[in-house]
Amino acid sequence: MVGGNVMRSALMALMALPAAAFGDNQVNMSPGVTTIGAEIYDLHMLIMIICVVIGIGVFGVMFYSIIYHRKSRGVVPSQFHESTKVEVAWTVVPFLILIGMAVPATSTLLEVYDNDDAELDILITGHQWKWKYEYLDESGENVSFFSNLATPQEAIYNTDQKGEHYLLEVDEPLVLPVDTKVRFLITANDVIHSWWVPEIAVKRDAIPGFINETWTKITEEGIYRGQCTELCGAYHGFMPVVVHAVSREEFNAWMGAKRADEAAQVAAAAMDLSLDELMSKGEAVYNAQCLACHGAQGEGGVGNAIAGSAIALGDIGTHLDVGIKGVAGTAMQAFGRQLNDVDMAAVITYQRNAFGNNTGDVIQPSDVASHKQG
Amino acid sequence: MGDHHHGPATGIGRWLFTTNHKDIGTMYLWFSFAMFILGGTFAMIIRAELFQPGMQLVEPGFFNQMTTLHGLVMVFGAIMPSFVGLANWLIPMMIGAPDMALPRMNNWSFWILPPGFLMLASTLFMEGGAPAFGWTFYAPLSTTYAAPSVTFFIFAIHILGVSSIMGSINIIATVMNMRAPGMTYMKMPLFVWTWLITAFLLVAVMPVLAGAVTMMLMDIHFGTSFFSAAGGGDPVLFQHIFWFFGHPEVYIIILPAFGVVSQIIPAFSRKPLFGYASMVYATASIAFLSFIVWAHHMYTVGMPVAGELFFMYATMLIAVPTGVKVFNWITTMWRGALSFETPMLFCIGFLILFTIGGFTGLMLSIAPADFQYHDTYFVVAHFHYVMVAGAVFSMTAAVYYWLPKWSGRMYNETMGKVHFWISFVGFNITFFPQHFVGLAGMPRRIPDYALQFADFNMMSSIGAFIYGASQILFLYNVLATIIAGEKVTDEKVWDGAEGLEWTIPTPAPYHTFEVPPKLDAAHA
Repeated sequence: MVGGNVMRSALMALMALPAAAFGDNQVNMSPGVTTIGAEIYDLHMLIMIICVVIGIGVFGVMFYSIIYHRKSRGVVPSQFHESTKVEVAWTVVPFLILIGMAVPATSTLLEVYDNDDAELDILITGHQWKWKYEYLDESGENVSFFSNLATPQEAIYNTDQKGEHYLLEVDEPLVLPVDTKVRFLITANDVIHSWWVPEIAVKRDAIPGFINETWTKITEEGIYRGQCTELCGAYHGFMPVVVHAVSREEFNAWMGAKRADEAAQVAAAAMDLSLDELMSKGEAVYNAQCLACHGAQGEGGVGNAIAGSAIALGDIGTHLDVGIKGVAGTAMQAFGRQLNDVDMAAVITYQRNAFGNNTGDVIQPSDVASHKQG
Repeated sequence: MGDHHHGPATGIGRWLFTTNHKDIGTMYLWFSFAMFILGGTFAMIIRAELFQPGMQLVEPGFFNQMTTLHGLVMVFGAIMPSFVGLANWLIPMMIGAPDMALPRMNNWSFWILPPGFLMLASTLFMEGGAPAFGWTFYAPLSTTYAAPSVTFFIFAIHILGVSSIMGSINIIATVMNMRAPGMTYMKMPLFVWTWLITAFLLVAVMPVLAGAVTMMLMDIHFGTSFFSAAGGGDPVLFQHIFWFFGHPEVYIIILPAFGVVSQIIPAFSRKPLFGYASMVYATASIAFLSFIVWAHHMYTVGMPVAGELFFMYATMLIAVPTGVKVFNWITTMWRGALSFETPMLFCIGFLILFTIGGFTGLMLSIAPADFQYHDTYFVVAHFHYVMVAGAVFSMTAAVYYWLPKWSGRMYNETMGKVHFWISFVGFNITFFPQHFVGLAGMPRRIPDYALQFADFNMMSSIGAFIYGASQILFLYNVLATIIAGEKVTDEKVWDGAEGLEWTIPTPAPYHTFEVPPKLDAAHA
């Protein structure tokens, strides 16, 4: 790969020229932080340069003609219009050039498809409009969480400043160890999504009912950002991917903390909470999950109003159904598998007691669990 | 001659009941221009929203309706009918036939189009809004998760399909049966050849599209599961069926454009087309290859590696016949006596920009590299270079080139040239930066984007407004020509023009070639 590296640095110097003209704007693909990414970048540059060279030749001939074979210069047009030799030549030569392109392309493609010997398996599930990550464990003790857009609505609707990572930031990123072959199993819950991070050169469609396989091995620690790349509905532009690549030690520590956290949550689900505890937890969940559609004061927006609504003031079972199963055919999602029982209990309690809904109802995690049982 | 025939009927009846190929061609052309303006308006809304980061003008759901309708209206309403209009006007005049072979069906295939598009446009006012799943309408976003208006969309697609199939049958029947004596296949003008091949493509793939939307209809209303894994179906099956139609569709759009360019470049080079026979063979090869490359739109769906390799190699092969065409056009110009009237300018613009689009197409064919390009703005840039600079530029060239023959009046050359230069510059300001943002990681079909893409998006929007505005100039120039342009009476409006359509009087009379022409030595 030494040749590749030399070529790459030469090319980067070349690309620096337009880059200087365009200020800080990125104008080319990134070689990224994986060997596959670097190979794809080299392939991209190779083909592009071949095209540029051919283009200069073809356009050169054309412009020569445009300048020197003008009627206004008094030229007499020749009448030649056939030559089998030339036709054969410009059929065969491009064919050979194509073979030259196909060889490296094939070898890179075979590498991309080599999913064997992964050390870590992660199930990625696309939801409208968030990603779920599940670290698969042989003992069945999986760790999983949802990764939501963290950019506030105010920034999107221009009433607040846009941060540096506008639309490319999440509440909980995917954490991956470096120098480890990670296998991704990609699927979707509703429509087709596509999981893409340019710097690790992985893009694979997430298809409901099917599982796609691909892999990566990140060589540098860092934060890498990407987006969903298959149109998946109204908020397709608002489901970013953020990957934190950390050392193996950091990864193990993070995984340990994550497991402890999950254990604590299981314990919490068995306990009863006070109205105050439920309300404060519920407010946090509401602001993260519901506010975008139902408004800061429960006044509604994309979704129905919660303040004074028949559902929030009516039967608790119906209210739980809406939260857990969603409403088919609308933007109201089924949160039953996205929120744990504690968060679900808290947010339902909050909705029934905030915004002037003072019903006084207290819903406990155990109520949610038994409602789910049917 | 012509004393047994009356001229056109008067009033609205002339247009409603006409079976005259020239009248029907004219209606197709005006209809497609109206659709071009409508689809362009949707594009302007898209670019206005993308002018700056953040949501300003429309909601994300409505933005998706705009991208969907922009694609559908431009492909099915603007580009395809415009070339059918051109075929109606020109094919009988080019092969020495008095009219199309099936004139009554010709009337019908035009007149079902406006209701079809009315139905499609009416979805904008329905509850839940218009289709918002992209012009490629992938299931299950277009089935289980679609707004109720999808049913109207399906019916509209059926109507457009029927219209296209009837138009194609008509063209095939005309070309095969109505050529003047002595006009053998290998003497036909290249525009006729490219349309003959296009018509076969249409007859082959429009039923496949009809099948795809019917399966959607069944999934939505009759409980089948063609595209749902829960019932034993597969969402990816939809993509295979769609692109089996969709890839030939791309060539349906571009082959007639190749034909137009092959007529105009020789005329303004004052030199015969180089490699006529190889142009015919290249067109046929492209048409054949178009049937076996569809899954290159689907490299990321998780096909087996053998499938990826097959579709990659087959796709790369298309570069060969396409290259032959470009080389032939340039060799036609070589040592000619060139002049640069508006049609020629648009053809040269086509040649440069279509070739760039061809290069990016070759890059996209490389499966591993496509993992980075797929569904980004790089793809958007690529297909606008071939669709707009390919199909639309050549269509514009065709209008300028044949308008004097159709109307008997000359357009304003200066205004035409200004139109070209504004279009050329505006087009490149719009679409060239999209290569950059695509490579830098901006996905397509998003209503809002990260801050690092802001500068190029603003540039793109400005370019789009310039390109959009230049079409008003085009409309003005065409109207001014028809109403009050300088009269021309020469049969051969352009000194280098060749072909039977330049042997009839200018403007072309209502009925032509009632007696088959005798091909002279130059044409025979």
